[in-house]
Amino acid sequence: MLKTFSKGGVHPAENKLSANSPIEILNIPEVVFIPVNQHLGAPAEIIVQKGDKVKVGTLIAKQTGYISANIHSSVSGTVQKIDDVPDTSGYNRKAVIIQVEGDEWETNIDRTDKLVTEIPYTSTEIIQKISESGIVGLGGATFPTHVKLSIPDGKKAEILIINGVECEPYLTADHRLMLEKTHEILVGTKILMKALNVSRAAIGIENNKPDAIKKFKSIIKDYPSIEIVPLKVKYPQGAEKQLIKAIINREVPSGKLPIEIGAVVQNVGTAYAVYEAIQKNKPLIERVVTVTGKKVLKPSNLMVRIGTPIKNLIGYVGGLPEDGAKIVNGGPMMGKAINSLDVPVTKGTSGIVVIPQKEAERSEVLNCIRCAKCVSVCPMGLEPYLLMTYGEKQMWTEAENDKVMDCIECGSCSFICPAYRPLLDYIRLSKTTVGKIIRSRKL
Amino acid sequence: MISVLIFSALTLVLLGVIAAIMLYFAAKKFKVYEDPRIDQVEALLAGANCGGCGFPGCRGFAEALVKADKIEDMNCPPAGNDTMKKIAELLGHTVKVSDPMIAVVRCNGTPANRPETSIYQGASNCKIKHSLYRGETECSYGCLGEGDCVAACKFDAIYMDPSTRLPVIIEEKCVACGACVKACPRSIIEMRKKGPKSRRIYVSCVNCDKGAVAKKACSVACISCGKCVKVCPHDAITIENNLAYIDFNKCKLCRKCVEECPTNAIVELNFPPRKKAEESESAVEKN
Repeated sequence: MLKTFSKGGVHPAENKLSANSPIEILNIPEVVFIPVNQHLGAPAEIIVQKGDKVKVGTLIAKQTGYISANIHSSVSGTVQKIDDVPDTSGYNRKAVIIQVEGDEWETNIDRTDKLVTEIPYTSTEIIQKISESGIVGLGGATFPTHVKLSIPDGKKAEILIINGVECEPYLTADHRLMLEKTHEILVGTKILMKALNVSRAAIGIENNKPDAIKKFKSIIKDYPSIEIVPLKVKYPQGAEKQLIKAIINREVPSGKLPIEIGAVVQNVGTAYAVYEAIQKNKPLIERVVTVTGKKVLKPSNLMVRIGTPIKNLIGYVGGLPEDGAKIVNGGPMMGKAINSLDVPVTKGTSGIVVIPQKEAERSEVLNCIRCAKCVSVCPMGLEPYLLMTYGEKQMWTEAENDKVMDCIECGSCSFICPAYRPLLDYIRLSKTTVGKIIRSRKL
Repeated sequence: MISVLIFSALTLVLLGVIAAIMLYFAAKKFKVYEDPRIDQVEALLAGANCGGCGFPGCRGFAEALVKADKIEDMNCPPAGNDTMKKIAELLGHTVKVSDPMIAVVRCNGTPANRPETSIYQGASNCKIKHSLYRGETECSYGCLGEGDCVAACKFDAIYMDPSTRLPVIIEEKCVACGACVKACPRSIIEMRKKGPKSRRIYVSCVNCDKGAVAKKACSVACISCGKCVKVCPHDAITIENNLAYIDFNKCKLCRKCVEECPTNAIVELNFPPRKKAEESESAVEKN
């Protein structure tokens, strides 16, 4: 009997079209656009000027405040200008625009493929180095990793959970990374364990990736403290709280962080980035992006430099299909549609999914028939139909009392609703408004 | 038989007397004095509970008026100046005569002026749309057209024009309560002075992008060229964040800026048609 989380969950069609395409390296573009807020928290402060020469790995923006992350140049060349560039939502954000010249790397970066397993650093050194390398959670939430690794006073981490679930349909970036960089991920896990000072780690992988599970199991005996946990396929298992519940059967209390029950969750992509930062001195300048879709000629997994315009990725997989109505940044369940192909790839871009017209269209919204399907699928045990009504009627106190802040925005309720009601849209509205009210109360 | 009836009647009378005495003392003990003027003031107010005064409902405002030492800065927009004067007389205060205000929609991004580049099918709510993305057009400041302002208006003074996809304020109905101003996530609606004979001049754009970017998104955007600032004889126009703004307290409605604006971003309302200007314009067109 395979493990999984207990409450709710849905089973969207997997459509992992690119699961068998090895990671390919995308050509370096002519110009990159590197936004300064690719992470959760305060935007980084730009430290280069127009005309400056940069190399691959040069620090171009420094973190401001505790919850923030450094940003490095992903290419070598000249800073063309610092300007506002539309981000995935279409709003302008500050970005460094670099004209690419050659591919010259900072000399301290080790570019060989040699596996380095020795970890001669202390916990503080590791966290310091991760912070310097600008690593953020690569699962999509882009929370700065060094903050997650710094355990607050009075708390103790007991287990590190590595998230190899990739429960979003279509996406295969983590899957391919697990197959091709298995050793590196395991060493990255060891580094993270040392940083957290824990003796146990578990890598959770859904059962729809048997090849990755097999690959890990074949070499796991070299890493005695790490356990491989195959999981039953169910969305949203990749969500932090659901994954903890599935693996160690503990529930994170409402409004609290996983560290409350001694768990820290990191994505496999993050583990790989940590390996590269610590053992190879390489800051976070590229990531794996799945570019896929039913009508896409060649669904692929691409290693892409941060700041590459999305149109380059689309071009590589055979161009935009004729029936490419909606382009989603991220997975189809939680990702957001973009309205320009000039938008750059950022640290949080896990996939680009092209959805055909027929599937992209939203059906007409009907009345709620009180079937309670949304209640039964909510992995957080909330009542989405009620929270949506609160959002519509602007009943913020009631929304707060009914724990709207616990919503993880997985979209299972909107997915299952037979009346096609925009549940998540209104719950998000409630969440942002209630969040503002709570923050203003603290002031 | 008779004695039973008398006994019951007497018992009831006795109970009644005891209860009356208790109630009499209770009423004395727990008496709450309420200023009778609160009721009088409330009767004078508009009774719309619109929140335009900033207090919770008309009763709340009436209480605040009676309690206040000075009521000069307090105003009930739907009731107007005459009512405020009456209230002031009743309470023995003075009031400032405040200019009548009206809501103004500062966006002219009709589908013709502002071409659409994407399709939105999400929830029909401006706040949700605003938090998701910049909207169907290239302009990330303009009207989203989902009608949060219409839903907020308690006086049915706003409707969405299906051809322009912009909200329209019905001047006769608008009481300047400000509910729509608060409802708009992009702060497009502003309370401006109604002006003599409802004549108003304002910049019908809130786009803070640089000129070229704004113009590309919308043909009637303010491109912050500064021509209006130069031409204004009353120093009423300022440019901040790439956007011109006309101070309605300084504007003397001379309409020079309207003629000068190269993108027609400055709008005049309820003015009689201009004879000379129209002739010369048509002459230019002929040439």
